[in-house]
Amino acid sequence: MGYQLTFKRFGEHSILVEWPPAIDESILNDVLSFKSKIEYFLQEESIQVNHAYNSLLVGYDSLEIDFTDKIETIKKVYRKNTDNGKQVFRLWKIPVCYDVDFGIDIVALASSKKLSVQEIIKLHSQSVYMVYFIGFLPGFLYLGGLDDLLHTPRKATPRLRIEKGAVAIGGGQTGVYPNESPGGWNVIGNSPIDFFNIKNESPSFASAGDRIQFYPVSKKEHLNIKTLVEAGVFQIESEVIRD
Amino acid sequence: MYSTIQDFGRFGYQKYGVPCSGVMDRKAASFANAILGNNNELPVLEMTMLGPKLQFDCNTIICISGADMSPKLNNTFILNNKPISVKKGDVLSFGKLNNGVRSYLAVSGGFSTEKVMESYSMYAGITNQSKIEKNDILEVSIKSELFENQHASIKMNTDYFNSKGIEVFKGSEFGTLSESQKELLFNQDFTISKDNNRMAYQLNEPLENSLEPIITSLVLPGTVQLTPSGKLIILMRDCQTTGGYPRVLQLKESSINVLSQKFTGQMVSFCLDMI
Repeated sequence: MGYQLTFKRFGEHSILVEWPPAIDESILNDVLSFKSKIEYFLQEESIQVNHAYNSLLVGYDSLEIDFTDKIETIKKVYRKNTDNGKQVFRLWKIPVCYDVDFGIDIVALASSKKLSVQEIIKLHSQSVYMVYFIGFLPGFLYLGGLDDLLHTPRKATPRLRIEKGAVAIGGGQTGVYPNESPGGWNVIGNSPIDFFNIKNESPSFASAGDRIQFYPVSKKEHLNIKTLVEAGVFQIESEVIRD
Repeated sequence: MYSTIQDFGRFGYQKYGVPCSGVMDRKAASFANAILGNNNELPVLEMTMLGPKLQFDCNTIICISGADMSPKLNNTFILNNKPISVKKGDVLSFGKLNNGVRSYLAVSGGFSTEKVMESYSMYAGITNQSKIEKNDILEVSIKSELFENQHASIKMNTDYFNSKGIEVFKGSEFGTLSESQKELLFNQDFTISKDNNRMAYQLNEPLENSLEPIITSLVLPGTVQLTPSGKLIILMRDCQTTGGYPRVLQLKESSINVLSQKFTGQMVSFCLDMI
């Protein structure tokens, strides 16, 4: 609490709130707490609140908005103290097969770092990643916490097609492609888990503030899990995070 | 041929990274629905530059608005912006594009194709179908049988198809532009690049800049991004929910409609709405 925020009108029906420009867990916590306060105190208004690393967008389902008034209202909400239930965050354990058949760039990435493929896998799967937000593609998680040693520039020419489930590294970020798409990141493996499924009540299992850890599986295990996922019976291992 | 079913899109699902989608030209789509007495936001068929050939499997009433694609019913020309009774077996076809880019076909009661996340708007990965294909059957919600009051024809003002003015607000990073860059942005005409679709319209003339990328933040349909190479990208209805390029301008909703009726090679100029 206590960040110097800016509030700006964004087009005809939205207000953009910004924190200092940094990718930082305490900023994320403040963003999430503000978001849940807006959802709690302004629930009678037809609004949607979306956020990214250091920003939050309040969108109104109407075009006739008194922005001065709305901005005053949400500023007041920011200053309110609440105990409207502390959000529960989870740590999700995500299987990844780092076999070269999936991780088509892992050998090149390892040699560019003068590391072995085994070391790459270890570095990638020992970190616990913070889920900052979902964006870019439906179900694409923006994760923080990639080991500095694994930072790798995006490919100069993006691939036209990256497989669903591809686990990849782009710059200082890592992520999983929830669906087949074009992309410029370096692919190091594949996860059989569905990161976006419209059949589920919440199409993404993870929410901002949750954490993700990857664990290596063999090609055979990958196939087994994929079969269970497709049958709708795979339970992703997870635990509640205690502060 | 690129035709999709669209309504007013998905509101409230952007937190999952789901695009807004929805009709590109809300004014034209609303007009077609309104003439039939439908709610403005009911799903319509959005056709881009070329139209399909459709055979009706039931009696209904239709209305076409937006771009003029020389529509014909059973080989007789019909008018846009007029309710038209069709009978089972009738064939609707489209020909030469005379004006605009996107045409809307509304049916009485609206289409009732697959609905996902409270919307009929087709989008790859959200709906099973991402566009209309040959031999598809499009279900409709039958609201009314034939009615004979077909004299009502309402004039829709389509002057906006030809206006090059795009009204904008300042974007969140507008302030980081230099005075001379701002001047170029508003005193120059820009040409629509061949890269224009439901996701974004790119502009040909570069705007040289040395703006820093921003930490990935939120974008909306109508957000104008400026890339390091100077490309101006105007995001449209199917755009991503987040982006890392500076957001220099934000289009007025009505200007998204205007741009939706333009294509490769046409000119636009930005006018700042002072607020």
